[in-house]
Amino acid sequence: MTTETVVVVGSSTGGVRTAQALRREGFAGRIVLVGEEPHEPYDKPPLSKQYLAGEWELDRLALITPEAAASAEIELRLGVAAVRLDVAARQVLLADGTALDFDHIVVATGAAARPSPWPADSGVHVIRTLADVDALRADLATGGAVVVVGGGVVGAEAAATIRTLGHAVTVVDPLATPLARLVGPEVGRPLEELHRRHGVDTRFGVGVEGIDGSAGNLAVRLTDGSTLSAATVLVGIGAVPNDGWLADSGLLVDNGVVCDRYCRAVDSERVWAVGDVARWQDPRYPADVRLEHWTNAVEQAAAVAHNMVHPDDLQPYSPLEYVWSDQYDWKLQIVGHAARGGRYEVVGDLGSDPARAAVLYSDDDGRLIGSVTVNWPKSLVTSRRALTAGDVDFEQFVEQIKALPAKPPAPAAR
Amino acid sequence: MKVQIDAQLCQGHGRCYDLAPDLFGEDDEGYATLTALTADGIVPEGREGDIRLAAANCPESAVLVLEEALNDRR
Ligand SMILES: Cc1cc2nc3c(=O)[nH]c(=O)nc-3n(C[C@H](O)[C@H](O)[C@H](O)COP(=O)(O)OP(=O)(O)OC[C@H]3O[C@@H](n4cnc5c(N)ncnc54)[C@H](O)[C@@H]3O)c2cc1C
Ligand code: SF4
Repeated sequence: MTTETVVVVGSSTGGVRTAQALRREGFAGRIVLVGEEPHEPYDKPPLSKQYLAGEWELDRLALITPEAAASAEIELRLGVAAVRLDVAARQVLLADGTALDFDHIVVATGAAARPSPWPADSGVHVIRTLADVDALRADLATGGAVVVVGGGVVGAEAAATIRTLGHAVTVVDPLATPLARLVGPEVGRPLEELHRRHGVDTRFGVGVEGIDGSAGNLAVRLTDGSTLSAATVLVGIGAVPNDGWLADSGLLVDNGVVCDRYCRAVDSERVWAVGDVARWQDPRYPADVRLEHWTNAVEQAAAVAHNMVHPDDLQPYSPLEYVWSDQYDWKLQIVGHAARGGRYEVVGDLGSDPARAAVLYSDDDGRLIGSVTVNWPKSLVTSRRALTAGDVDFEQFVEQIKALPAKPPAPAAR
Repeated sequence: MKVQIDAQLCQGHGRCYDLAPDLFGEDDEGYATLTALTADGIVPEGREGDIRLAAANCPESAVLVLEEALNDRR
């Protein structure tokens, strides 16, 4: 494949890691990485954590430096969006009017923050990109109370960070507990308690009806009839895949690019998808899957690179779900399935300060299906290995975790 | 090529030592360590790809890779 060209569209985690993985797999042709944002490729998880807190400068977020890209012979085309894909002509059209020919194309355009459905004049923010966070930080700098709508990963993390910056913070979410799509109330309630201990006002089980006003003077009307006043509102209500630019491509797009088990678009062997924008057929599940997790983007990048370079050795992509979240002094790590109900066992204590615990989940047949750990990486990696091996007896696994060294949490200096 | 673990950054996601168990190890808490093969920070000949794979998978950018085996970086 030395004369072939791969165009990767999307210059964040999924796109950058695909380009790098292609070189690791020995691909010697041309690689062009196209990205809509003008910034050098940067990483997103710190956006709601260290970068929002002002602890890290932008350079700490680099996914690949221009020098590293040059030495890997990855051409960067930044600040220009792909606007149209012509699969038959093997050509992608860019917003500046130029076109790129390709042999293979990787769609890694990720997702965008779901926009606020409550129009207000100004002062209402989302967090997805660097520009989003810079705009939010500018408004935060003027001080005042903050309402965070949405208690998912991004909302809950941002609430913790903004609280730590000294603002009065209220979190509102119609679901019963934080991170409800990832963890059950056995973890969600202690997490809500953690927020309350840090002085965050929480309104779970309550929805938003409307937002009025403008920056510095906003009113958030809630479904329970109350109104919260805020200087700044952050809306963190999920993400929608950036697949609009493929609308007239002829590809099957349905809340993401629909792919086969090998992460190839179902309608073309030359089109692949990676990361938050990819919906693929995981052989373990009856329905297609789309994940919005960092490690998924990286692992899927490696899978796509392998499958593209080795068409005679196609490997189905079937990752073990993994996501983490940092809130105050909680390092949450979630592997496998934890929000599916059923039996669970708590080893350690989620209510202690600082917390250190593993919550282990069983399926109906008494096998381990997932773990949520807090400040206890050893229990996480032990869980991941067990889940990778598969078919692990739940009772025995609980004993195995209980037998781990009960060292206190690592010092804060880590 | 040289490799280091930044202990300040490492959060024990365990990606490096699961992907390259002979090049990275774990301490009692689950944080990453180097191993006998990488103890001096020198990457064994032919294993550069595995080191890059581990670095690409580390969510905290805590696997520090120095492409050219130049002199000490600190
Ligand atoms: C604030 C925040 C915190 C997070 N924290 C965590 C965490 O703690 N743990 C975790 O596991 N995950 C976390 N995630 C999720 C993780 O960051 C994503 O899963 C990951 O970024 C997905 O990578 P991606 O490359 O698929 O998509 P994205 O990161 O969305 O990147 C897509 C890129 O494509 C570009 N693009 C879009 N359309 C076009 C176009 N038409 N042409 C060219 N370029 C285009 C975009 O500008 C963007 O740069 C977080 C996400 C956010 C937003
Ligand atoms: S992958 Fe990174 S964070 Fe995880 S154990 Fe290895 S060095 Fe530490």
